[in-house]
Amino acid sequence: MNRFYVLLGVLAVVLGIAVLALLRTGGTAPAAAAGPPPTVADDGFRGYSLGQANAPVEITEYLDFECPVCASFATIQMPTIKEQLVNPGRVRWRYRDFPLPVHKYSRFAAHAAQCAGAQGKFFEMHDQLFNHHQWAQTGKDPSDLFRSFALSSGVDLNAYDACMVAGRYAQRIEFSRQEGDQRLVDGTPTFFANGKKLDFRRLPGSDDFKAIADSIIAHSPRH
Amino acid sequence: MRHRQAIALLALVGLFVALYLWLHALGFGGAIKCGASGACETVQTSQWAVFLGLPVAFYGVVGYLAVLVVALASLREAALPQRHWNVMLVGLASVGFLFTIYLTCLELFVIHAICRWCVGSAAIITAIWVVAVLGLRREWGVGSGS
Repeated sequence: MNRFYVLLGVLAVVLGIAVLALLRTGGTAPAAAAGPPPTVADDGFRGYSLGQANAPVEITEYLDFECPVCASFATIQMPTIKEQLVNPGRVRWRYRDFPLPVHKYSRFAAHAAQCAGAQGKFFEMHDQLFNHHQWAQTGKDPSDLFRSFALSSGVDLNAYDACMVAGRYAQRIEFSRQEGDQRLVDGTPTFFANGKKLDFRRLPGSDDFKAIADSIIAHSPRH
Repeated sequence: MRHRQAIALLALVGLFVALYLWLHALGFGGAIKCGASGACETVQTSQWAVFLGLPVAFYGVVGYLAVLVVALASLREAALPQRHWNVMLVGLASVGFLFTIYLTCLELFVIHAICRWCVGSAAIITAIWVVAVLGLRREWGVGSGS
C-alpha cells in the first residue's frame, strides 16, 4: 500500500513538472515576431495589393490588425469597395502595416499575415484576422488562434511556425511603420490616393472612395 | 484493491492532461503543443470547445478529480471491503466515457479535426471505465460464489 502512494506521489510530481514545462515551452507570441526588431532594413517590399496593376487609382491603406476601426472597415466597407472599384479595374488597393504601440499583438498579427503572404495567402489571412476579430478584445496570447487562422487560410503550418519564430518579416513591418511616420500617418486606418493623404472626419465608406476614384479618373489626362 | 489503484493512477494522469488543456484555454502558455497539423487549435478554438459557458477541459479536470478522490477514498482500509465504491467508480467513469464519446463524435463528424490531447484523454477515460467495470464484475462474481 505504501509503495502505491509513493508511486502516486512521484507520478503527481512528474506530471506537474511536465505540465509546467509544456506551458513554458509552449511560449507566448515569439518575441521576434511580436516586438520591434533591433534594426530596420528595406527589402524592397511595398505591401500586398489587390486589383489590376494598371488601375488608374491606387489607394494605400495603413492598417493595424488589432485596431477595431480597421476591422470594421475591412469587414463592412471593403466587400463593396472590392466589388464596385477593385474588381472592375478602377482601383488598386495596397496594404501597408502601421502597428500602433498601444496594441500588444498588432505587430504579431501583421507578422502572421506576412508569413501567410510568403505562401501566397496574405489576403486569406488578412480576412481571417479581421473577420474573427474577437481575439483583439480578449488580451489573451493569440498564437494558437493565429495558427488556426493560418490553417484555415491554407497555410503550411511548419513553414508558418518557422517564419514566426524567426521573426522573418519583423524588419519589413517596422520599415512600413517608419514609412508611415514619414508620411505623417497618425492613426489607423489612414488612406492615401495616388500618394496623396486623404483626410476624413469619420470612418470613410465605399461611397467616399467611389467619389475619390471618380474624381481622379475624371481629372486624369486620358479624360 | 488493484483495480482501484489502477483507476487512481489513470485518473491522476487524466487530471494533468485536462489541467494542461484547461490552463491553455485560460490563456496560459501560448500555442498548444500538438504537432504541426494544427488540429488541436482547430478543436480548441471551435465553438464546441466551450460547454455551458465553460471550457470543455474544465469538466475534464472536475471529472478526473472526482474519480481520483473516490478511488483514493475507496482505498482506505475501512473502505476496501465495501462494494458501493465500485458502483460509484463505474458511475463516474460512465459519465466521463459517454461525454468523451460525444466529444469524439464532434471531432470526427462536425469539427473534422482530431486533437491528440483529446485522444489521450479519451484513451484514459476508456481505460478507467474498463478497469472499473472489470472491478465491479469481479466483486459480483466473488459475491455470487460465496
